[in-house]
Amino acid sequence: MLRAEGLAAFRGERLVFRDLTFLVPAGGALVLAGANGSGKSTLLRILAGLGRLEAGRLLWGDGDLADQAGLVAFVGHQDAVKPGLTVAENLGFYAGLSSTPSWSGLTRPPLSHGPEVVGSNPTMKGIGRALAALALTDLADLPARMLSAGQKRRLALSRLALTTAPLWLLDEPTLGLDAAAIDRFGVLLRDHRARGGMVIAATHVPLPMPDTDEVRLS
Amino acid sequence: MKQWRAILVRELRLSLRHGADTLAALLFFVLTASLFPLAIGPAPETLGRIAPGIVWVCALLAALLPLDRQFGADLEDGSLDQLLISGLPASAIAAAKVVAHWVVTGFPLVLTAAPLAVMLRMPLEAIPALLAGLLPGTLLLSLLGTAGAAIVLGARRGGVLLPLLVLPLTMPVLIFGVAAADAASGGLSARPHLLLLAAMLAAALPLCPLAAGAALRGAVE
Repeated sequence: MLRAEGLAAFRGERLVFRDLTFLVPAGGALVLAGANGSGKSTLLRILAGLGRLEAGRLLWGDGDLADQAGLVAFVGHQDAVKPGLTVAENLGFYAGLSSTPSWSGLTRPPLSHGPEVVGSNPTMKGIGRALAALALTDLADLPARMLSAGQKRRLALSRLALTTAPLWLLDEPTLGLDAAAIDRFGVLLRDHRARGGMVIAATHVPLPMPDTDEVRLS
Repeated sequence: MKQWRAILVRELRLSLRHGADTLAALLFFVLTASLFPLAIGPAPETLGRIAPGIVWVCALLAALLPLDRQFGADLEDGSLDQLLISGLPASAIAAAKVVAHWVVTGFPLVLTAAPLAVMLRMPLEAIPALLAGLLPGTLLLSLLGTAGAAIVLGARRGGVLLPLLVLPLTMPVLIFGVAAADAASGGLSARPHLLLLAAMLAAALPLCPLAAGAALRGAVE
């Protein structure tokens, strides 16, 4: 369970939000709404541990969110895709980078969708499954610089299928995705929440996700 | 450790893919050093006297070339965010970058320095001292350069700022590196100079990654 109490943050010289309090239970989803510049991305970066909080506390269970590694997966505005590497290599790097599972007490069951991919070791299998989750299997050996903007976005989102982090932070995740990809992304979100995972997303368009709470920033 | 290795492997793989960028520093080293015989004449006594200085200054400048992109690309495409939330300390990320810079640029510079020194008519007995100085010297350049690259990250015109920041820091390295080679060609022991280089390396080894790590955290905020 994630609890935020009395958050306040600056961007540059400007106070973007203050006294922000919310709670995300296991399996919950929170949508951040608000006009451009209202601090949605700032809040997501703070939750990811990349920004600085001026006031307030972020609690994960009984401890501090920042004290525990491997809790968050972050998909920001930038796709973090290296054009020089192939699609599979890009994903493989993040598979190697993800720290040991810290999923509180739960072990992660395999994803319930996509064809079963036969690989030489568990990591390869995980990458194959993550690629399949967003229909990238056919592009696996293509250098990432050949991908379109939407395909790069799908590659960024496929990292989510790979991670063991229980808290997903998404900054306009569906930007540039086609309808089929949005459906696949919806399946990914549904499975994640069914396992008790949490989602916090900033968006201007409806996400393929039911039963969400909303925090409106102004 | 597994994560650290993943970053290092990715850095090396990217350097391999962008082979032209990787070779550019090395070719710059060879080309600038080759300009000196053309500019000051091929007289062996003059050239041999200043050869250690030429090799060191050119190596210094060549090592600076790839630093501009050391963190820049990762910041622009969002990879740096992903590295920093991986749970790895920021200083460890910087350390992986240092090692990658040394393997891709620093060590090849040491290897290229030997034929270059011969070409510049350096006394043969001084060449081992030159290389023995360049070995910790290039590592120091990687360490100081990476710290500098992290500090100017996100600054406007960071590419111009970087040499202004890093070059003054590398002056002691240059002084003792050249002094070691000079001492050897004068028949003296190069040992004290090499030991001082080693001492600087021992200080920079923990300090530079820590400084770079703190700068990286600041850059993404």
